[in-house]
Parts: sequence; C-alpha cells; structure tokens
Amino acid sequence: MTATPTGRVWKFGDNIDTDVLAPGLYMKSPLAELAKHCLEAVEPRFAKEVRPGDIVVGGRNFGMGSSREQAVMALRELGVGAVVAPGFAGIFYRNALNLGLLALVCADAGQIRADAVLSVDAANAELRDLDTGKRYACEPLPAHLLQMIADGGLLPNLEKKLKIQRSKEAQA
Amino acid sequence: MAQKTPMTLAEKLVARAAGRDVVRPGEVITAQVDLAMMHDSGGPRRVAPMLERLQAKLWDPDKVVVISDHYVPAVDAESAGILDLTRKWVKAAGVTKFHDMQGICHVVLPERGHLRPGLFVVGGDSHSPTGGAFGTYMFGVGATEMCGVLVTGEIWLRVPETILLHWTGQLGPGVAAKDMILAMCAKLGMDGGRYQAIQYAGDTLAGLSMQERMTLSNMAAELGAQTGLIAPDTITRDYLQAVGVSAGEIDIASWQTDADAKVAERHDFDAATLSPMVAAPHSPANSAAVAEHRGIVIEQAYIGACTGAKINDLRMAASVLKGRKVASGTRLLIAPASARTTAEAAADGTLATLTEAGAILLSSGCGACAGYGAGVLAENETCIASTARNFKGRMGAGSSKVYLGSPYTVAATAVAGHIVDPRELLA
Repeated sequence: MTATPTGRVWKFGDNIDTDVLAPGLYMKSPLAELAKHCLEAVEPRFAKEVRPGDIVVGGRNFGMGSSREQAVMALRELGVGAVVAPGFAGIFYRNALNLGLLALVCADAGQIRADAVLSVDAANAELRDLDTGKRYACEPLPAHLLQMIADGGLLPNLEKKLKIQRSKEAQA
Repeated sequence: MAQKTPMTLAEKLVARAAGRDVVRPGEVITAQVDLAMMHDSGGPRRVAPMLERLQAKLWDPDKVVVISDHYVPAVDAESAGILDLTRKWVKAAGVTKFHDMQGICHVVLPERGHLRPGLFVVGGDSHSPTGGAFGTYMFGVGATEMCGVLVTGEIWLRVPETILLHWTGQLGPGVAAKDMILAMCAKLGMDGGRYQAIQYAGDTLAGLSMQERMTLSNMAAELGAQTGLIAPDTITRDYLQAVGVSAGEIDIASWQTDADAKVAERHDFDAATLSPMVAAPHSPANSAAVAEHRGIVIEQAYIGACTGAKINDLRMAASVLKGRKVASGTRLLIAPASARTTAEAAADGTLATLTEAGAILLSSGCGACAGYGAGVLAENETCIASTARNFKGRMGAGSSKVYLGSPYTVAATAVAGHIVDPRELLA
C-alpha cells in the first residue's frame, strides 16, 4: 500500500494556479530547471528550501488553470510528498493522481499550522500533526485511484494491466 | 409504458458515452471516447515516450486529432524541434487529422467539422470545454491521462451535477459574450463550477453566434467547471453545415435538457443591463464594470487567444478602430485565432481596418496568452487582453499586469491609451 510520507508543511493561499506552479517562460526548459521556478512568484524560498517528503498545503481551488502536467511534475521533481487542500481544480487533481502524487482533499486544511510536521496516511485518508497529535480527516480516495497511486501513477498502472492482458492473450 | 427518466444534457451525453440509458450525478463511470485532441505542447512530445514505454499503439488513429498551435511559428531551435517531432509522430502513428499551424486548437477543431452534438471528446488542454458550445461533452486532461485514452479509448468520470447559468434579454451595443463570462466569473468565482457541468441557457443565447457561444464555453474553465455546455439549435446546425458536417450527422433534438430534469444550482443573469466588464490582475474572477478601472494606463493591448480572436472578435475590434488610430505610446497586437479567421478578415475588409488603425498583426497561435510566443510582457508592463486568463506572470515577466476585456474594450483602450468604456467610442 501507499507509503506514509512525513514532512514539513509549506502553506499557501487560495487559487494557486498552474502558471505559478509551472511558469510558461520555463516550459521549454528541462524539468529540473522548470522546477527551480515552481511557486517562486508567491514564495521565492520554496524551490530552494523544500526537502523531499515535505507537504504542500494549499487553499481552495489549488492548481487552477492550465492542463499542463508540469505543474505536478515540478512538485514531484522537488520531492514533495503530498499536496493537501480543501479543494483542487479538477484537471490538476486528476494529473496529480495520474502522476502518482498524492492529492488529498481536507476540509480543515486551513487549520494546519504553517510550521507543522505532518504524517500522511493515504489509505485511511488522514493527516496527523506530529507535534500536537491533532488529526485531520481527508476525503477517502476510491480504491482504483489508491491502487493507481500505489503503482506510481497511471503509466505504471497501465503497464501492469497491459502485461496481464498480453500474457492472457499469449496463453489463449 | 415506462416513465422516461428526465435528464440534463450533461447526463444524456455521459450516459451515451458510458453505454447506459440513465446515469446519476456522483456515479463513477467509464466512458468511451469519440475523439481525442492534442496540441504540440502537451501532445506527441509528451505522449510518444509514454506510448513507447508501454509498447502500445493508438486505440484508433482515426479518432485522434493533432493541432500544432503552442510553439508556432517556431521562434528558436527548441520550438522548431517540438514542431518537427509533432509532424514526424503523426505520420508514424497514422494520424491523418493533423492541422499544422492552422490556428488555435479550440477554434480549428470545430472549423474543420470535428465536433457535433452528442459526442464525448477529451482534449489535452484546459480550454477544451469550448467544445461544449456544440453540444459536445468535452473536457481537458493532462498528457499522462491522454496517453491512457490513446491506449484504451476510455476514461473514468464522475457523472457531474449540472449548474444552470440562465441569461435573459439582449446584449446592448458594445457588450459581448466576454462581458457575460467575466460577469459570471465575478459572481461565481474561479471554483464556482466545482468541476461539475455548466449549462448556459436562456433567450440571450438564441441571439449569440457560434463564436460568441464558444467564448462562454471556453471560459467554463475559468469557472472551474469540467465542461460548459450549450444545447444545440439551428445556429449550431447552420455553423456545422457551413463547415461541411452533413445534415444527417447533426442531431439537435436528442441533446436537450429535459424540462423536468434536476439541476444542482441555477443562477440568473440579465443581459440587457450588463455593462462592459474588465477583470483586474491577477484573476478573471476579479471582474467589475469597466467604469471601475477607467483611466488605467496600458502599454500593450492584445487581441488573441482561443477565446478572444475569432472572426467576430476581430470585427468587434474593427468596429471600434474604424477611422481611429492606436494611441501614441501604446501598441496593439492582434493574433487572429486561425488561418481561416485571417482569410475571412482579409476578405471582408476587417484586417485592413485593423492595420490602418496601427495594429500589429501576429501569426495565429497561443502566443502571448500563455507566455509561449510573440507579444510577451516586460517587467512592470501593463496590458489589456481579450484572452481568457490573467494569472500572475502568465503573459511574461512576473511583475507584469494583465487586465481582461472584450475585443470592444481592448480596442477602445488601445485608442485611448488607458482603459475606457467602448460605448464612449461607439456612440
């Protein structure tokens, strides 16, 4: 099952958009370069100081805007363990899950302390503040999506399914 | 006889794609995709390595449309490489529905007769709800999800609720669909659509051309909806027949919301009292009547993008610019939405009116709107644009500011050098 990431919180406001996550000016650049500019328009420290496993906590409508997957890929490139928000823009949410980045809808995300360290339990759709012990309930993900994230995203998930299908066809 | 279950247009479209008689909001279904559209930015260059990794072929090359519009025309070797890769890939993959540098995908797709009422279509771009103007269930996905569609021909979907945005009355002179959608963004906010289906309805719609309707559906994306539908009518049929779709393929009657179907929300708007609207930086939801922003000095005016440079948009601008000149110290850039738009505008004198006023013509494509091409902004510059989005840094430097308005408002502002109500010039 999905691992339980633990990490420091990076807190952002409402309506963080894809142009802020993956600025158009760097879209032709390699991912490593693009990622250096992730969120710089709203938090210049982010890309420099974020550590693997850290958790991005957004406000309402996180990831609004473009369908560009680089908005997710940049976060993943920087090692972000999960994205938590009271609500996500639809395409960003689908992209995150498809790329194996855990995105959890948490109505009370606004209450999470900006300097908290959280553990994330995807299977039980729960967050825990490691200092205070406070728990935050998230919306559970449907089983097929949890499985897809556990597989590492849609591609590895498809790879697995195609392998099974092809071996069945070979046997038939 | 069994009672027929009343359904919304969105439910009917999803039910058909799911092979079901009835679907209900909240159900997770698997839909068969009728058409998948990709562009050069999120398309072949992203999906080709994924397909290779999966050692998979397209589920049906005839159901794939590729349109190069983001990196056109190439301004550097990287852009040229992306376009080259796109051309080579479509050939190798057997995709014949390829439109190379013919304009912006959301405008070219219907122009070439690829859309019609009843279809279920995914697009590799967030403004894919534009297809909703044709009674097509269309929404945007990222490249990885597109790869899944290309391999399987299927996609999962949570059946959406329908949010009805009902407009009555006739728009006044100098007021356009862009003003309607900016007013809706102001009222509902950028997540008002809750990733559900929006349906635009009411007698105002009967007075709007297909291009104007496309502006409403296009910016359903800015309302946070999955799709932005308009039930097809004779205006839809006339447009589609004009672009070569045969009458037998255009079913209007089946794709209507039943009178007693349940919608989740309804919001009412009055077109007759609507003023030209302007969205201040950095959100389309930051919209208010143009009077609130009167006098703001701009350096650049931009008429472009999938939502703001169709033939009727250019005609709106021309009606303001005729016999006038762009203000000194201001530049007006115009990128027609498609090659056909340019041809039409050349044929009816619109282009001449624009260039005589001092507008600089750019090539068709996504260009400055997405910060990819010609017309991007320097630090601290202010622009007014007929585009769909004014996010921070989207059109160039991070400190640049973009106001959004209708083509009337953008043209009038270019003439004045500062934001004005276009009705002052049209009177």
